[in-house]
Amino acid sequence: MARYVLTRFATTVPILLAISLAVFWGANQVADPTVSLTLNPRIAPEALAEYRDHLGLGEPLMSRYLGWLANFVQGDLGTSLVQNGADVWPIVRTAVANTLVLIVIAVALSLAVGITIGAVSAIRRGSLADNAATLVSFVGISTPVFWLGLMLQLFFGLYLANWLGIAPPLLPTAGLYSPGQQGFDLVDRARHLALPVLALSWQLVAVYSRYMRASLLDVMSSDHIRAARGRGLPERTVVIRHGVRNALIPVSTQAATDAGQLVGGLIVTEQVFQYPGMGRLFLDALFGGDYPVLLASVMITATAVFAINLAADLFYGVLDPRIRRGTR
Amino acid sequence: MAPAEAVLAERPMEVVWRRFASRRLSIVALAALVIISAAVAGADVIAPYELGQQNLNRVLAPPGRDFLLGTDTLGRDTLSQVLFGGRISLAIGLSVASIASVFGTFVGLVAGYQGGRIDAVLMRFTDTLLALPLLMMIVLLARILGDSPADVILVLSVLGWMPLARIIRAKTLALREQEFIVAARSMGAGSARIMFRHLLPNLIGEISVAVSLAVAGAILAESVLSFLGLGVSAAHTPTWGNMIGGNEGFMTVEPWLVWAPGLAIVVTVLAVNYIGDGLRDAFDVRSDGRERQPHRLSSRGASTGSRR
Repeated sequence: MARYVLTRFATTVPILLAISLAVFWGANQVADPTVSLTLNPRIAPEALAEYRDHLGLGEPLMSRYLGWLANFVQGDLGTSLVQNGADVWPIVRTAVANTLVLIVIAVALSLAVGITIGAVSAIRRGSLADNAATLVSFVGISTPVFWLGLMLQLFFGLYLANWLGIAPPLLPTAGLYSPGQQGFDLVDRARHLALPVLALSWQLVAVYSRYMRASLLDVMSSDHIRAARGRGLPERTVVIRHGVRNALIPVSTQAATDAGQLVGGLIVTEQVFQYPGMGRLFLDALFGGDYPVLLASVMITATAVFAINLAADLFYGVLDPRIRRGTR
Repeated sequence: MAPAEAVLAERPMEVVWRRFASRRLSIVALAALVIISAAVAGADVIAPYELGQQNLNRVLAPPGRDFLLGTDTLGRDTLSQVLFGGRISLAIGLSVASIASVFGTFVGLVAGYQGGRIDAVLMRFTDTLLALPLLMMIVLLARILGDSPADVILVLSVLGWMPLARIIRAKTLALREQEFIVAARSMGAGSARIMFRHLLPNLIGEISVAVSLAVAGAILAESVLSFLGLGVSAAHTPTWGNMIGGNEGFMTVEPWLVWAPGLAIVVTVLAVNYIGDGLRDAFDVRSDGRERQPHRLSSRGASTGSRR
């Protein structure tokens, strides 16, 4: 086990280094953080050159990269090139927290709903409920999340409000808090989370319910279920104690692996709902040429995905003793 | 005796087709996809207006007799734009699925058949790519490359072949120990011949299911990139994705501008997914391609990541 974890670390660190170098190079190719200044005729070229020197943009690419790397391994993420030299760490920390809130709520909700739907589908295989659930989940995986988000905004922000004749819409369609809101307000925050969570959960429920359905059907056709029935246990006990519990093992590990991809995959949802998380931070930094912020967001996300994948693999071995990864 | 002969007389592909056709939904989905493909391919003929034709006296017109789905800010007919845009969206979906499938099949076949160090290196590489935040990598690469359809195809293909490579490898591992492969080898067949003449035909089920899912994934991914402004530029040609992205700001006054291309995506991808599901049943493909580990689920999850 320890050897397995060490091997994974040993292969991942060079990858992370390669990604950071590629992102660093790419970010410097595609966007210039001072581009808005170069377009301003009232800024003298000398002043601009001085400012670029101040940002360190004059130095060769490789020495800048090595400088960034030396700071990064010591836990120093540097300062933003765009936001008046603000430290990157607090910016990233806030974004990570916002994204995690969104992911945890959406995944928890979707797991509960998806597992229930999937279990019912499998138990009543071929029934009207099963066919309806299948159709809904196929629509779910076939809908682009950004488009669903736009449609939700349109429905809750415009149609429903007009129809009910209420002035502020039932649910806010963007942002984290209402304008002018000071400090933390649970109700306001929850109302702003509702639509992004709904957009995200739509697809997650579709995926999880398919996993659960396939998994439970698989388990229910296995020998130990026949043995449980043969012992005369009531069907209810067989399904719940012996079927569902075993079916949850692959579903939970698959959900954990998917959650890894979700961490880096919220770009679209966050963009549609103007939600200030990692995805938007990444996009803003990418388009603004703010490479310290860009690198921080990519490296943190890549590390998180790696850690979640590793945890899911180990967790899988714990839940299902037949598969111990260390012996692979 | 007669029925047995009849069964023997049926060729494998006929069995697959019979099983595929026995599900009404698969046939409906196939018919829908054929109609959509024909409509976008024949856009020159059936579209009421020409590609990019502006009707500047009818800007932002609501749906009506002249413009069934209204017009956009430049007075372009939404229906015509959706038809022409579908060409690029479908072409990108098919191209990405083909390129990614050929490459993924090749990697999986070589890794699974050759085994040993080649397998270790190829699979470590595959796993590494799978363990990256995929959407972020796609967006980064798309930003570095240009905004032509070819660039988008390149980005999505380079980062889209890994799930199939894993599936093909697992299936190859199971197949290569079987008697017909041992027999071929003992008759002196070389590695290349065994891989491409003996193993490949037996992987057709896995490949066709994966191709259909890849088409669906690529259409969705293209729409995401175009929505973010990193896909095919609207200056080149409309696509379903860049129509939604470009018209987002007018959504409240002209919801059809966003409804129409979005529904086109949903219906097309839904049809492709149903076809894939029908193929899975027809070929009797286990979703994960693994034979001995009953508890690992499909690699579909890996591709859903790119849509959020």
